[in-house]
Amino acid sequence: MIQVKSLHKKFGKNVVLAGLELHIDQGGIFAILGPNGSGKTTLIKTLLGMVLPNKGTLSVMDSPVKNKWKYRQDINYLPQIANFPGNLRVKELIAMIKDIRQKPSNEQKLIDLFGLEPFLDKKLSNLSGGTKQKVNLVLTFMFDSPLIILDEPTNGLDPLALIRLKELIFKEKAKGKTFLITSHIMQFVEEVSDQIVYLLEGKIYFKGSISELKTKTGQSNFEHAIAAISTYNSHDQDIEI
Amino acid sequence: MIKILKYSFYDLVRSRWSYVYFLFYLLLGFVLLFLNNELSKAVITLMNVIIVLVPLIGTIFGVMYYYNSKEFTELLLAQPIKRSSIFLGQYFGVAGSLTGSLILGLGIPFALYGLFQSNAIWDFSLLLITGAFLTLIFTALAFNIALSNENKIKGFGYAVLVWLFWAVIYDGLFLMSLIVFEEYPLDTFSLIVTMFNPIDLSRTLILLKLDISALLGYTGAIFKQFFGTDLGLFMSIFMLFLWTAIPVWRLGYVAKRKDF
Repeated sequence: MIQVKSLHKKFGKNVVLAGLELHIDQGGIFAILGPNGSGKTTLIKTLLGMVLPNKGTLSVMDSPVKNKWKYRQDINYLPQIANFPGNLRVKELIAMIKDIRQKPSNEQKLIDLFGLEPFLDKKLSNLSGGTKQKVNLVLTFMFDSPLIILDEPTNGLDPLALIRLKELIFKEKAKGKTFLITSHIMQFVEEVSDQIVYLLEGKIYFKGSISELKTKTGQSNFEHAIAAISTYNSHDQDIEI
Repeated sequence: MIKILKYSFYDLVRSRWSYVYFLFYLLLGFVLLFLNNELSKAVITLMNVIIVLVPLIGTIFGVMYYYNSKEFTELLLAQPIKRSSIFLGQYFGVAGSLTGSLILGLGIPFALYGLFQSNAIWDFSLLLITGAFLTLIFTALAFNIALSNENKIKGFGYAVLVWLFWAVIYDGLFLMSLIVFEEYPLDTFSLIVTMFNPIDLSRTLILLKLDISALLGYTGAIFKQFFGTDLGLFMSIFMLFLWTAIPVWRLGYVAKRKDF
């Protein structure tokens, strides 16, 4: 599904990705975790072609990413900050994205799911942050694509919407779709994800299931296991020396 | 690209500022016609306003629109659309709606006044054409500046500087050089220097079309010899076209290589 080979990216002098290798098969939910500034968003953006790598190759569904744009037809992406042109109404924005994608969509179901019906005729500039995030979710999930990338999907959502979102993710996963999710809410990650991809210093530091992570770090609590993982290996190296 | 253009255009057409801009020209047109009572004089006054105001509004609107729609641009970048289409679409959306405000705002009062029966129609059309070019040029420059500067304050600063340079500083430097080199023949020099500034070029073009070049003395005669001919007009329009095409090309070039 996704192949990343020796990916390098730096912004000025700041090295963000340093020879990252990643292979992701189809199906399942992959949580991309890591400390702030470890390159999670950069990795996602290189997959989408928004950030151009300095070195290395990427391919999504066997199609190389470089200078291409049609492959994005198979990706649904939820960006981190939901900020839309203020003068458009919610209905118009949805119609516009549909017009751009030219794919069958099921936005009505999602609008009902997140209770957005009363907001359809409102201008986007008048919506609250949480409502904007719901609109963002509708735009992301309304198309049927094999790869779904969510950058901080829980931002600003109320508990009910969060439950609906989880149900939605599980429903789509059951159809054999692949998810890449970043989040700082560990409880959410633990509930939904099958595999953890842990980034540190521009490389994949750990890739495996939550139970593997727990046994590796010797922690029974997932949050503590994540906190322990970055210190775990340096400890390991100490022993080797 | 057409789709992005369409939506940017709709978005702008419904924003308050487009109306303010449109109403300003509408008011200006009516007031000038009633005060001057003569079309060609109104055209000259309008020219003085347009030549300074259109580039300023184009620059400010361009920078503002780019920075305001940044997150939305990122959303579009993740959609299956070519990068250059996104930026060119937004650019033409902004430039198009500004040009629309200008042409409609001035066109309505002049049409009501009886422009179509008058001889001033060509002067007036030239005024609108140069106004449209100036909008396209300065919006493109603004987009270039915004694209190259992540920092909004810096971007705004540079944009205003660019406007100030072409509208004011350039003329100052030009005049100074004329004084410094007054002992040399400067006709060709001033012709060329005028050609390189879109604002000066537009002004000269309109002034000469209005047949008041006699007021400009000897230099005016030289200018008339060049700009008054078909070749001069063609060259001027060509230069304005280049002024539009180069920034637009750079816009696509830079957008293709930028990280978002």
